[in-house]
Amino acid sequence: MTSVAPSTEPLLAVRDLKAWYGESHVLHGITIDVRPGEVVTLLGRNGAGKTTTLKSIMGVIDKRRGSVRFNGNELIGLSSRHIARQGIAWCPEERGIFSSLDVRENLLLPPVVAPGGFTMEQIFDLFPNLKERLHSQGTKLSGGEQQMLAIGRILRTGARLLLLDEPTEGLAPVIVQQIGHMIQKLKTMGFTIILVEQNFHAAATVADRHYIVEQGRVVDEIANAELEANMDKLHRYLGV
Amino acid sequence: MAEIFGIPAAALYGQLLLGFINGAFYATLSLGLAVIFGLLNIINFTHGAQYMMGAFVGWMLLTYLGIGYWPALILAPIIVGVVGMVIERLLISRLYKLDHLYGLLLTFGLALIIEGLFRNGYGVSGMSYAIPAELSGGVNLGFMFLPLYRGWVVLASLVVCLGTWFMIEKTRLGAYLRAATENPTLVQAFGINVPLLVTLTYGFGVALAGFAGVLAAPIYAVNPMMGSNLIIVVFAVVVIGGMGSILGAVVTGFALGLIEGLTKVFYPEAAATVIFIIMAIVLLVKPAGLFGREA
Repeated sequence: MTSVAPSTEPLLAVRDLKAWYGESHVLHGITIDVRPGEVVTLLGRNGAGKTTTLKSIMGVIDKRRGSVRFNGNELIGLSSRHIARQGIAWCPEERGIFSSLDVRENLLLPPVVAPGGFTMEQIFDLFPNLKERLHSQGTKLSGGEQQMLAIGRILRTGARLLLLDEPTEGLAPVIVQQIGHMIQKLKTMGFTIILVEQNFHAAATVADRHYIVEQGRVVDEIANAELEANMDKLHRYLGV
Repeated sequence: MAEIFGIPAAALYGQLLLGFINGAFYATLSLGLAVIFGLLNIINFTHGAQYMMGAFVGWMLLTYLGIGYWPALILAPIIVGVVGMVIERLLISRLYKLDHLYGLLLTFGLALIIEGLFRNGYGVSGMSYAIPAELSGGVNLGFMFLPLYRGWVVLASLVVCLGTWFMIEKTRLGAYLRAATENPTLVQAFGINVPLLVTLTYGFGVALAGFAGVLAAPIYAVNPMMGSNLIIVVFAVVVIGGMGSILGAVVTGFALGLIEGLTKVFYPEAAATVIFIIMAIVLLVKPAGLFGREA
């Protein structure tokens, strides 16, 4: 029952993170810790602030307050390109595949920010489909292939913390399974992952811990081992 | 004497060549506009003034420093491009989050100021710029006489246009540019310096105008108003080709130059308006332009 307690220093420590879209106040104080090698999910209803939390960590939201420390460095005042250079990579919900770039150009677009990233061969091992589609226009791929491309291209960069926003959204069950296996594999390779998911059944197979986000705040934290015991509570939070 | 459709062949070829040369300037200038519009979403009304600056810088290099045509062909675009980058950093960059209209007003105002400054300093009568010795004279092609310099203008424009197309469509830097045109937020979040990319792109687009200006100097008089006469036609070319389309700008530029030249032969009264008539028809049939993507 003590598995929630931190065993090592967090790789990412978010404290009282607040964020605004223009005048509208979206995050009211998010506090989370992610330790090296962990897979942590953010669960919550639509509009709870999960995506905004990832965007705020990544620095693509201009107006944000609080503290985001990564490897001991404060990120809150940095622009997104400097945050990326620290070794954080973001795969947005809408995937962000560029239609004016072919698959190969999409894969090669994100600059390498640290040594130890995937080679192209390693990416093709993980996602064999991409190899056959290298010269297709990025947006001509199927939804599942686009998701693989969106994740594959950030694995090249050497970033050790991956922010994955609903990677299984709108995909066929067999692809959802494939992406689940992929996340499992990345975890065994030592990647640290924050996963936003609607589908917590899929998330439960890979995650260590779950944070429940409600109205821009973290309202609960559940270790994966205690998920069964907390199912009623979880259903109440998620309204399912 | 040979005739085609009742027109002396020599006159026809002559007008076609003239049309091709005008087309070369249309293509180079609209290419710069398309590159700038693609990434910055700014309709750069200063483009004509920057073309004029290219011609003037070429003339100044020769007159004040004794620097000839060939070095000027490299130096003048760089100088005009750097001035453009300063303008982008100081002024234009403040407008990206506002409506298109502000960018249009700012760049139009800048064009008036730049042209006014040159008119104040150099008058409106225009200065001549000699054709470089290597390119004076011409060759007889059998069916027509080709002045060497005019052939050079067409060749140089084609090379620069194709080079630009290659850089944007086939290189890593071009991929950054295309990606940033689509989704600058995400490209920035990958760790790429998008504001720097934007400044360099503006500088490059403006340098293309400066390059066209130097090419034009020996053909047209170097005159503070030389850009404002041309820029309206160039905007029509951009609209016909499709805003932001690289290939569209080049192909449409050359094609419209030729059509304009042909019109001068067959129906001279319409020569000044034919491009605008085509623009109206294209806007009716294909509002995004011939090569444009539907928004």
